[in-house]
Amino acid sequence: MKLKNTLLMAAACVTAAGGAMAEEMTIVSWGGAYSKSQLKAYHEPYSAKSGVTILNDDSSAEAVAKLRAMNEAGNVTWDVVDVVASDAIRLCDEGLALEIDADTQLAAAPDGTSASEDFGDLLVSDCFIPQIVYSTTFGYRTDMVGDTPPTDICAVFDLDAYPGKRALEKRPINNVEWALLCDGVAKDDVYDVLETEEGQNRALAKLDTIKDSVVWWSAGADTPQLLADGEIVMGSTYNGRLFSVIEEQKQPVAMLWDAQVFDLDGWIIPAGLSEERQKRALDYIMFATDTQRLADQAKYISYGPARASSAPLVGQHAELGIEMAPHMPTDPNNAQNTFLYNYEFWADYRDDIDAKFQAWLAK
Amino acid sequence: MRALMLIAPLLVFVLLSFVIPIASMLFRSVENGIVSETLPLTVEALDGWDADGDQLPDEAIYEAFVRDMVVAIEAKKHTRLGSRLNYEETGMSSMFRKSGRALKKLNPDTDGPFKDQLIDIHDGFGELQTWRVIKTHSVEVTNGYFLNAIDMQRTHEGAVSQPEDKQILVKLFIRTMFMSLIITGSCILLAYPISYLLATLPMRVSNLLMILVLLPFWTSLLVRTSAWKVMLQQQGVINDTLVWLGLVSDSARLIIINNQIGTIIAMTHILLPFMILPMYSVMQTIPVTYTRAAKSMGATNWTTFWRIYFPQSIPGIGAGSILVFILSIGYYITPEIVGGTKGVFISNRIAYHISSSLNWGLAAALGTILLGVVLILYWAYDKIVGIDNVKLG
Repeated sequence: MKLKNTLLMAAACVTAAGGAMAEEMTIVSWGGAYSKSQLKAYHEPYSAKSGVTILNDDSSAEAVAKLRAMNEAGNVTWDVVDVVASDAIRLCDEGLALEIDADTQLAAAPDGTSASEDFGDLLVSDCFIPQIVYSTTFGYRTDMVGDTPPTDICAVFDLDAYPGKRALEKRPINNVEWALLCDGVAKDDVYDVLETEEGQNRALAKLDTIKDSVVWWSAGADTPQLLADGEIVMGSTYNGRLFSVIEEQKQPVAMLWDAQVFDLDGWIIPAGLSEERQKRALDYIMFATDTQRLADQAKYISYGPARASSAPLVGQHAELGIEMAPHMPTDPNNAQNTFLYNYEFWADYRDDIDAKFQAWLAK
Repeated sequence: MRALMLIAPLLVFVLLSFVIPIASMLFRSVENGIVSETLPLTVEALDGWDADGDQLPDEAIYEAFVRDMVVAIEAKKHTRLGSRLNYEETGMSSMFRKSGRALKKLNPDTDGPFKDQLIDIHDGFGELQTWRVIKTHSVEVTNGYFLNAIDMQRTHEGAVSQPEDKQILVKLFIRTMFMSLIITGSCILLAYPISYLLATLPMRVSNLLMILVLLPFWTSLLVRTSAWKVMLQQQGVINDTLVWLGLVSDSARLIIINNQIGTIIAMTHILLPFMILPMYSVMQTIPVTYTRAAKSMGATNWTTFWRIYFPQSIPGIGAGSILVFILSIGYYITPEIVGGTKGVFISNRIAYHISSSLNWGLAAALGTILLGVVLILYWAYDKIVGIDNVKLG
């Protein structure tokens, strides 16, 4: 708290000084390759067009807590924030994010389709402007699975056919869905089952069968490292991380797209900005989420654009020169069996099931 | 007066940047104004309702609720209340979010009666539990967060234990204390001989040794922790070496990471300088003449050490132990990276509630308990060893 306050005070001084210079905005994102793709696809063309200087802040992982602290201190220093959809919903519920009207405040598709239709179901919250579709899915070591590489998500739970360690994320989300799916629950019934006490226990019981062979990760970079070192035979992580292990680092790893879970990442604009800053943020959003810009981002990272109209425009990787479409989680070949992260369900059950999950882990 | 003026800048700084923020954070562990502020009429009306009975609230309460909600929805506060109540009863979050749209259209003056309409909008409004939760958590100063922090919950029937499969926090408190003690102990064992060497070797050699102690101290915590991962994992440096030496078979590589051993090894290494430095500075001040005198009077090496040298080095051990212990019970990032499931601390849950679930009340309660435990241990230490027996040099 002490540190946070000092930081807030420092940030306040910086903005106070920056206010005089005008035409400057702070955009918060995840850092690393992801921020780089945004820099190339969005920030650079936008700065060239509008003359606004864009400052980057790699704080998305703590965005919700920090925005709340800023809001309470009455001094929001961020203009546009990149968050995952579940965080956007939380921010919207807490009144910390601005509500957006897709049709008037976002660009229409080139053929005139309205933004709300172009994004479709992906507009999961009133405050959220989707940017990319990413997926949490499995990668496996091709040299550790013998002659029968896994094609089915249930390979994760099959210790006889695929002995060795697996990496799973240290949280219930996704893991319990996969567990139920492999325990014979039909895909459409998964969340109905999970709502019940027995269903939750059933999922944990299924996970129990592989518990001793699981390495639990909490940072997206863990699974790629564990795969590269041969610590694990398969593990879940974000598909973009696996892309770089396979295509950039050329490790003997392949994708198991089955039952991948789609999730969304996108922008929110903090509530409580001054009129001038809000106008600038909206102008940036209008530009950065149009059809071409979203397609451009896919040149730098293997995440699918959130607009239907962007998909045909996805081209080759800017440095590797390979076609990006087959690496997109949304590519028809990869998307034969998918889940969409159930935001409504997890907003309600996250804390409850997480407590059970952590208690189960500690057992 | 002049003395006060002289320290005034520092005092103001400490107050502003340390005391006030911490106090306000701790205050959140009991503060609970949100329910009665968002639903003032409902809370008042629920006063007369018997939460232990099996009757739903009557129409007057539903009407009060609609009046409150229309105002709250206008101010966009209803979802915030939903999130707050969802900490206590799963499902409240979506209930408040979903019913918001329908409730907004109601006019409290003309559209009554509301009871059936509300139950139509969401089944939850027809459940006793919903109203019990609202009533139970309508107090402005609550013990609810503290109860949650010790695996209990506040219900209409008073404080009861959480279901067994959700009990985790007390276990984590105990584990945090226990492992911090082990880490402190292993730091003492490792630091004592090093500090002794540093204090007794000739200046030139001890300076070099000192740099070796300080070098890791200056390296980023994350780098050191990640390095331990590379060392300790099953395909890591230590296991590879052991297999190569033939001490361990390839199929039975040691599991020394993602468990308690991993946390203890990595944290002992990271906190070691905090033990070495105070020990070293105390040992430096122990006059060599005492040990010489003891030996000249016929004491064996062991007696000299145990009866003469060791008692004089205790203040250093005390200071180092307090430092290491207090630092380690608050450690978060190292257990997260190398702790797996059995090696995580209570601070990992505090971090979760601060940054993921946004349940700052619970996080504050956990933090307050941790602070209380430290103060009690400090007091106990003072009683047993004596705090004036602690020296940093």
